[in-house]
Amino acid sequence: MSAIYLMLPVSLLLAGIFLIAYWWSVRSGQFEDTTTPALRILPDEPPVSPPASQSDSHNQNTP
Amino acid sequence: MAEATLPISSFAAADAARVREAVACAHCGLPCLTTRVRKADKHFCCAGCQTVYEILTENGLGQFYQLSDNAGVTIRRTTRRDQFRYLDEPAVRERLVDFSDSQTSRVTFTIPTIHCVACVWLLENLFRLNPAIGAVSVNFPRREATIRFAHERLALSELVALLASLGYEPTLSFGALEGKVAPVPGRKTLLLRLGLAGFAFGNIMLISLCLYAGLDSRSVAKFGPLFGWVSFALALPVFLFSAGEFWRAAWLGFRQRVLTIDQPIAVGIAAIFAWSTWEIASGTGHGYFDSLCALIFLLLIGRWFQQKTYDHLSFDRDFKSFFPLAVNRVAAGREESIPLSQLAVGDHLIIRHGDLIPADARLRAGEALVDYSFVTGEANPVTPRVGEVLYAGGQQRGGAIEIETIKPVSQSYLTSLWAHEAFAKNRDRSLDNILNRFSKRFVILVSLVAVGAAAVWWGRGEPATALRAFTAVLIVACPCALALSAPFALGTAQRLLARRRIFLKNTHVLESLARITTVVFDKTGTLTEREQGAASFVGESLSAAEAAAVAALAGQSAHPLSRRIAARFPTGADLPVVSGFVEAAGKGLRATIAGRVWLLGSAAWLEENGVPQADPAAVGHVWLAVDGAVRGRFLFDNPLRPATDRLLDGLARTHELALLSGDNERERERFLALFGPRAELRFNHGPVHKLGFIEALQRGGKSVMMVGDGLNDAGALRQSDVGVAVVEKVGAFSPASDVILEAQRVPELDKLMRFASGTVRIVWISIAISSAYNVVGLTIAATGRLSPLVCAILMPISSISVVGFAVGAAHWLARRTQLSETADPMLPSAQGTERWNKGQAKTREVAA
Repeated sequence: MSAIYLMLPVSLLLAGIFLIAYWWSVRSGQFEDTTTPALRILPDEPPVSPPASQSDSHNQNTP
Repeated sequence: MAEATLPISSFAAADAARVREAVACAHCGLPCLTTRVRKADKHFCCAGCQTVYEILTENGLGQFYQLSDNAGVTIRRTTRRDQFRYLDEPAVRERLVDFSDSQTSRVTFTIPTIHCVACVWLLENLFRLNPAIGAVSVNFPRREATIRFAHERLALSELVALLASLGYEPTLSFGALEGKVAPVPGRKTLLLRLGLAGFAFGNIMLISLCLYAGLDSRSVAKFGPLFGWVSFALALPVFLFSAGEFWRAAWLGFRQRVLTIDQPIAVGIAAIFAWSTWEIASGTGHGYFDSLCALIFLLLIGRWFQQKTYDHLSFDRDFKSFFPLAVNRVAAGREESIPLSQLAVGDHLIIRHGDLIPADARLRAGEALVDYSFVTGEANPVTPRVGEVLYAGGQQRGGAIEIETIKPVSQSYLTSLWAHEAFAKNRDRSLDNILNRFSKRFVILVSLVAVGAAAVWWGRGEPATALRAFTAVLIVACPCALALSAPFALGTAQRLLARRRIFLKNTHVLESLARITTVVFDKTGTLTEREQGAASFVGESLSAAEAAAVAALAGQSAHPLSRRIAARFPTGADLPVVSGFVEAAGKGLRATIAGRVWLLGSAAWLEENGVPQADPAAVGHVWLAVDGAVRGRFLFDNPLRPATDRLLDGLARTHELALLSGDNERERERFLALFGPRAELRFNHGPVHKLGFIEALQRGGKSVMMVGDGLNDAGALRQSDVGVAVVEKVGAFSPASDVILEAQRVPELDKLMRFASGTVRIVWISIAISSAYNVVGLTIAATGRLSPLVCAILMPISSISVVGFAVGAAHWLARRTQLSETADPMLPSAQGTERWNKGQAKTREVAA
């Protein structure tokens, strides 16, 4: 039963780490907006350089 | 003349078919009315949309259109490069920018047009369009974008112009300069308190479980003190930090000499903590720290649940967020944008179509057609002549006009309403709620039981048990379940309503709603639809060819009434050719179509063109004549919202009704039929009159709900016990109110009232249930036999059952009141339609 003397601090330490992680995440504002991040992961990244396909441009406009 | 009401709706079918055939705009998805704006195989509804499409595709942002259907925002107005120049004024800039160093600035804009995943993606990829833009982060629920940019390479005005050109024009109202509102103060702290309490509760429970079951007496003696002190160490921060909210609230109530639910809670918490600490220190027991933390944890969950806010809505707006941030001033022949705060009396301003008149002013030039419906409730736009006074808040329709301000913004006709005492009053009624009224009796009862139990034991010569019983009563009486009943019942109800697009400022509004005795309606924009006046035609019916001719004629003019007429007819390429078109400002139109002379305009215009007609008194009508003969006239009644008759019938059974309108009396008969003979109908009421009417009702002991939409209702909304602001679109401007209601939900107001009273009944039942638990607990406690185990079981079970009942009952109630999301399309009843038509016929008789 004296294992409790070891287990008790270890379990509290472990739980404490999670508490600190939670504390940090709240303070850094991660719970301020829970909707946008879910939208943000949907699109793929587009190519950074624009694919300059200007062949079919303005000449067909009849404004 | 035999009057045959030929509703233009017979053309609506043809219209709808055309729309079905029409190609959707590749940018915004609106049907394209013309096939002229296109690029390759893509069609656009307007040149603005095409420009945005080109910008996006040429910069590798074409993915925008794959992310979401109809992703684009319709571009109505083109953005002028210098339109936002005023933003670069140091005073304005400083207020708007959150943060700025030598190279970069950060600014947060509210952009109401953000509506889908593609918008978020496009805005966050804005740096691809302009290298001076850095990271952008969008907060979707708040409709906000935070943008970093290099201010040396890109001025703030250019950034806003870029956003506006893409359809994402930020809200730049006069009120924006007053400093920003912090996003829900205290939410972070509440989450921290909640997390800490949950952490301590879980860990103490693990330890306590060993003590309740499993440990033999030898081990208890060995580990008991250790467990006790560990529990104490875990509970201490909960007691000090997590329960901080209750200490503060209890102290506040104490100082204001009011009994609130927070005081018994605070006393209970303090009693549990003190007693448990004493037990552990003296070695007589293990304390009730598990129950203490469970209680605080549950109470904080209740708080969190009740604190639901709607980030994209604002319930506290005044005229400052209605007025623009800048106006166009003409000085020395040049037009410039200046901040509204710099507007001085005597300045000359240019007001374009759709612009607001920022201050009382005199018309100098141009054809003014001013819509005051939002300000005064008058349904029809007025046409002041040059030299006449225009009042602040009116909206110009039609061409540009030039005005000269005669009063400062703050002293104008409209804004002076905000100086009324109703706006200075503190309207915080959060202390006056069911729970606090109940807890007054509760506190007295508990004190009597506690003192009584202690006295009895003392009398028997057992002072130790007396102290124990006294504390135990305070511990058990700590009204945890009671305190949870209202937050969960009302909080659930609030969420259920929000899903149905009815937004409450806070949960207390439900209680006020249940007490309402009198419902007062505004007319224009609340009971009637705004700006969608079906231009009904009265007169000889028109053939299809004639209808096309009218459409072609009206289509030539930019006048709003012409547009409303034209909008009722099919449009497209097959319209006849119009020749010899003449538009006389403020009078009417004339043209030759298919060899016949068509006239469209006021009675005076017809006279002028040699067509005398019967009825010059019919104001606000547009007459139609062909080849010198009157064919009929167009009426611009704003139609009632569907099912209004059913709503008024339903409400009249339980509430007194009244109508307050800024409009004239011409529709009295019609509304008398709808409201019934007992209701009070007041017309020609300005903002201050409306406020006074509500005040008078309240002095008569009535609890008043005001339903309105415009700035002219702002005072009445503020003064009433519950102010309901009606908006066409959620997120649009609404005056300060308690409830924000989407216009199409107006006919369901009676259901809302029933739902509110039902919710309050649920709260009372929850209170009864938790009181039953308290009676059981108190009985045990008063006999001095309260064990930590009983405490640890009774407390969570009572709380959870009350929460379960409150949430479940609210859901059941929402289904029963048929306030469902998939509500049947509510059609007006046959009887109501008949009555409505009668009313309209009467109106016509009055006009004729």
